[in-house]
Amino acid sequence: MTNITLTRRPPGPLHATLLAGSVPLFLGALLCDIAYYQSYQIQWSNFAAWLIAGALLSSGLALLFALAVLIRATRKAGGTTLYVGLLLATWLLGLVNAFEHAKDAWAVMPIGLVLSVAATVLAMAATWAGLTRLQTEVAA
Amino acid sequence: MKRPLSALSMALLLTACGGDGEPTQAHGPDPKLPAPERGLLPSMKIAEPVAWDDQTPTVPKGYRISAIATDLKIPRQTLVLPNGDILVAEGRGGNAAKLKPKDVIASQIKAKGNTQVKGGNRLTLLRDADGDGTYEMQRVFAEHLNAPYGLALADGKLYVANQDALVRFDYQDDQTQASGPPVKVADLPAEINHHWTKSLAVSPDGRYLYVGIGSNSNITERGMEAEVDRARVWQVDTVTGAHRPYATGLRNPTALAIQPGSGQLWAVVNERDELGPDLVPDYLTSVREGAFYGWPYSYWGQHVDERVRPQNPERVNAAVKPDYSLGSHVAALGLDFSNAAMGEAFAEGAFVGEHGSWNRSKPVGYKVVFVPFREGSPAGEPVDFATGFLSEDGKTRGRPVGVTVDPKGALIIADDLSNTIWRVTRSQ
Repeated sequence: MTNITLTRRPPGPLHATLLAGSVPLFLGALLCDIAYYQSYQIQWSNFAAWLIAGALLSSGLALLFALAVLIRATRKAGGTTLYVGLLLATWLLGLVNAFEHAKDAWAVMPIGLVLSVAATVLAMAATWAGLTRLQTEVAA
Repeated sequence: MKRPLSALSMALLLTACGGDGEPTQAHGPDPKLPAPERGLLPSMKIAEPVAWDDQTPTVPKGYRISAIATDLKIPRQTLVLPNGDILVAEGRGGNAAKLKPKDVIASQIKAKGNTQVKGGNRLTLLRDADGDGTYEMQRVFAEHLNAPYGLALADGKLYVANQDALVRFDYQDDQTQASGPPVKVADLPAEINHHWTKSLAVSPDGRYLYVGIGSNSNITERGMEAEVDRARVWQVDTVTGAHRPYATGLRNPTALAIQPGSGQLWAVVNERDELGPDLVPDYLTSVREGAFYGWPYSYWGQHVDERVRPQNPERVNAAVKPDYSLGSHVAALGLDFSNAAMGEAFAEGAFVGEHGSWNRSKPVGYKVVFVPFREGSPAGEPVDFATGFLSEDGKTRGRPVGVTVDPKGALIIADDLSNTIWRVTRSQ
């Protein structure tokens, strides 16, 4: 019988790229929201909507990788659960934000801007947790 | 893991928050307007199209309805010529880019409620030579037009409002085909053409044309710059082609008609969406020269639309109330005044074709109503004149667009879903 131990191991390159990639996408949406808030120029709001869609795709695929890690683990490590929880929260908040950004013109404001701040912070937290706290079982 | 899951169920709840709206919508000059509301997703309900088969729309007792032309290529508006022939404008316009992920998704859903046929970009002539009620001749009068919609005849000239230009043909009685290509009278605003239909009426003296030009967005979500020369009625000189704004702030004036007797211009106007099931009423109104009707800054007078930035309190103060609410989201696309030949109950008033809603969980419209008039103004609730376009099991057999009163006593209804022209006559 092999001895199983938990080891911190960063996610694979594709998983890490999708995960970390969602940060600049959410951040870009936030910056576009701020630009729209200050200028009333609708194009910024259009950019924000597409950046959020991109962030959902990127973080959604990362979430699939993360869930795969979680499901395969026989023992649920605290770090992994934290990471998956944060990433799931990011994705759900991003989805609500996408619907919010589907409203017309100024109807996006101010909730869209608030949600973009929250999604950006959550995406950063999820990325930090994913890159530093992900634990994988290894046979010792 | 509990918290994210409850966030999801909250999102679903928010989605359902749109509400069904009042079963009976407020009509008339002073509708009660609820507060604006919108869930996380707009209410979208597109009734699934089905064929008429042997069915026909339902008309009042003492009237009968029959299809006088079928297999058209998206008929929108019709014109009854002096000899009784009927001209049908067929086509589909618009070239609005999809700016947001929402546009991509919403356009696919809305398309489910429309015909799959390609627009004809032509005028078709229908003729009933022996007067038996069967229009045995159906032939192409003119083609290679660009999404023709509004039609008008004055002084031997047939005017056609394409989506990008006002053009004219010479017309002689009993002509069955245009004698040549059309002559341009004036260019019309055609950038984007979010609302592409250009409605048309001619002044009683034949000197001016009135052109209804819809807005380039629901509520400025394509930017303020896109709204230059939009959401208004132009007055165009038939001789020189020169134009000036006649009335502004009319979001989408989809049909225009001159009131017999007074010579007053009237319009049906489609108002903004995504403010709830009972906002904002589409309306029928006399078009007052120089008046501003609110779009985009406000609706029904001074109700400010918070979705518009920058706001404009001055314009809000200047906004006039329209005359008569037809109900929110009914999508009025046809208008014509009646006459004595239509029978006593429907002699004084206006017929309105209602294409039907998308932004409402309980569909409204999908019928032709009659708005009774007294002493030149709307008086009383609208009366159903042709119904059954929406079946009882929630399917759509047809969607009315243009309505035209034949002076001999018939109502012509264009149906752009089943690609049919209906004709309602008295049976007694």
